[in-house]
Amino acid sequence: MIETYFPNVMWERISEATQETIYMTVIALVATFFLGIILGLLLFLTSKGNLWENKLIYGVVAAFVNIFRSIPFIILIVLLIPFTKALVGSIIGANAALPALIIGAAPFYARMVEIGLREIDKGVIEAAKSMGATSFTIIWKVLLPESLPALVSGITVTAIALVGYTAMAGMIGAGGLGNLAYLEGFSRGQADVTLVATILVLIIVFVLQFIGDIITRKLDKR
Amino acid sequence: MITLNDVSKTYAKTFKKGTSIKAVDHVSLSIEQGEIFGIIGYSGAGKSTLIRMLNGLEKPTEGTVKVAGRDMGAIKGRELRKARKEVSMIFQHFNLLWSRTVSENIEFPLEIAKVPKKIRKARVQELIKLVGLEGRGDAYPSQLSGGQKQRVGIARALANNPKVLLCDEATSALDPQTTDDILDLLVDINKRLGLTIVLITHEMHVIRKICHRVAVMERGQVVESGQVLDVFKKPKAPITKRFVQQVTEPEETKETIEHMLEAYPTGKVVQLSFIGESAETPVLSDVIRSYKINVNIMQGKISQTQNGSYGTLFIHVDGEQSEVAKAIDYLHKQDIGVEVISE
Repeated sequence: MIETYFPNVMWERISEATQETIYMTVIALVATFFLGIILGLLLFLTSKGNLWENKLIYGVVAAFVNIFRSIPFIILIVLLIPFTKALVGSIIGANAALPALIIGAAPFYARMVEIGLREIDKGVIEAAKSMGATSFTIIWKVLLPESLPALVSGITVTAIALVGYTAMAGMIGAGGLGNLAYLEGFSRGQADVTLVATILVLIIVFVLQFIGDIITRKLDKR
Repeated sequence: MITLNDVSKTYAKTFKKGTSIKAVDHVSLSIEQGEIFGIIGYSGAGKSTLIRMLNGLEKPTEGTVKVAGRDMGAIKGRELRKARKEVSMIFQHFNLLWSRTVSENIEFPLEIAKVPKKIRKARVQELIKLVGLEGRGDAYPSQLSGGQKQRVGIARALANNPKVLLCDEATSALDPQTTDDILDLLVDINKRLGLTIVLITHEMHVIRKICHRVAVMERGQVVESGQVLDVFKKPKAPITKRFVQQVTEPEETKETIEHMLEAYPTGKVVQLSFIGESAETPVLSDVIRSYKINVNIMQGKISQTQNGSYGTLFIHVDGEQSEVAKAIDYLHKQDIGVEVISE
């Protein structure tokens, strides 16, 4: 029956493309998570009235984040081609998409981390200081745990954006479901392939959202 | 234990043009070991800044702040963090970590002090018992009432056996009953552990109930200070009088007196204040027996302070003018405060 409705779908190619999409999303997500938290912490800590208040560092990090967050992703990939080539050695394939994915998503996540950290009651930080906590202890035992639900819901939103980015990266040769939908679906006039690719992207997004929501709810004891 | 010598704190005003703000203005204070010392003032009086200088959260721009032998304005880094373990603080809004349970919150300062895990757990149990939170160790702060949250705050503050406890409006967010419970707990801790307590508040009730000595702050300066009972007996500054009235005169006093004056156009309304033992001598019956006057009691109240009781009594004295004058003269000679409010 499946063959009557989806005559052009080669399930092996679909499975391969799905794996590529998941691979790109997961690797980029892990890197974005750490890079975003580091950048977000830097933004928060160096901003006015905080632990490491420093106009220069704040200005530099904020400029970096704002610039890379503002460049449309499809342009960012093209801009980063020389960088990618030097780093990965190729501009084709899933690995070649990773630098652009991470550089595109990390600033986006960093802003969400900063917002999450800003929501922490200043009094709690003051209390930790009054107990003789070091900056490291405050970061590790106050800032990160207290903002964890925001960090998780932020990474969920970022993950979903990343799935979208992988599809765009696919258009210029990174593989994955986006590549499949464009090359084998649109270019060859096989609408059924496009449809299957779309459904799979939707499933990935729903699963990510579902997992993110559950973890956020579990963590939030407020 | 704590000595403030000519301490000032000026905030340079960077945004908007204008003058800098002097939050604390040449304050000198000395607080003894084991004492409960209250600082009272309205918001903006500088008391918050002052108490934050005691644990180095704020640095004085002038003068020296000495706490338990350390110059809190000068020390930094490791030395300051060490000092802060001996000077702990509780807050108006409790400032608990919502992501940690009650036990974990109390454990936090012990983690900071690098106490081994086993000892930490035992100490947490001890503290939970001390503040009366048995059975709530695994609850999260969001599941507690305000009073219970402040108990966690107190347990947390006591974890590292501090020498000084700073209370930043610790009861201002609580209802009157809970306020009294928390104040009782503070007195209990003060007596049991010999802890020096410094608290800031805008409620005279708090000063009256637990403090030994009090300093009154207005516009960054200490305008009056002394034994709580003395300040109650003879408030000098106008602001102190207002604070004392908060507890000695019920709100309806003024109306009652006006009403009585209308009802009895003759005679005098006199306010008597009794301190400590004088509250126990039968002054009123002596006066009534010795002079041909009628005495009508309008309103009275007795307040307990940490150094004795303090009472006020409003009476209406009527009779022949000369007799009334003699009676008031007699009252003046007794060991009580007498103030003729109106003719």
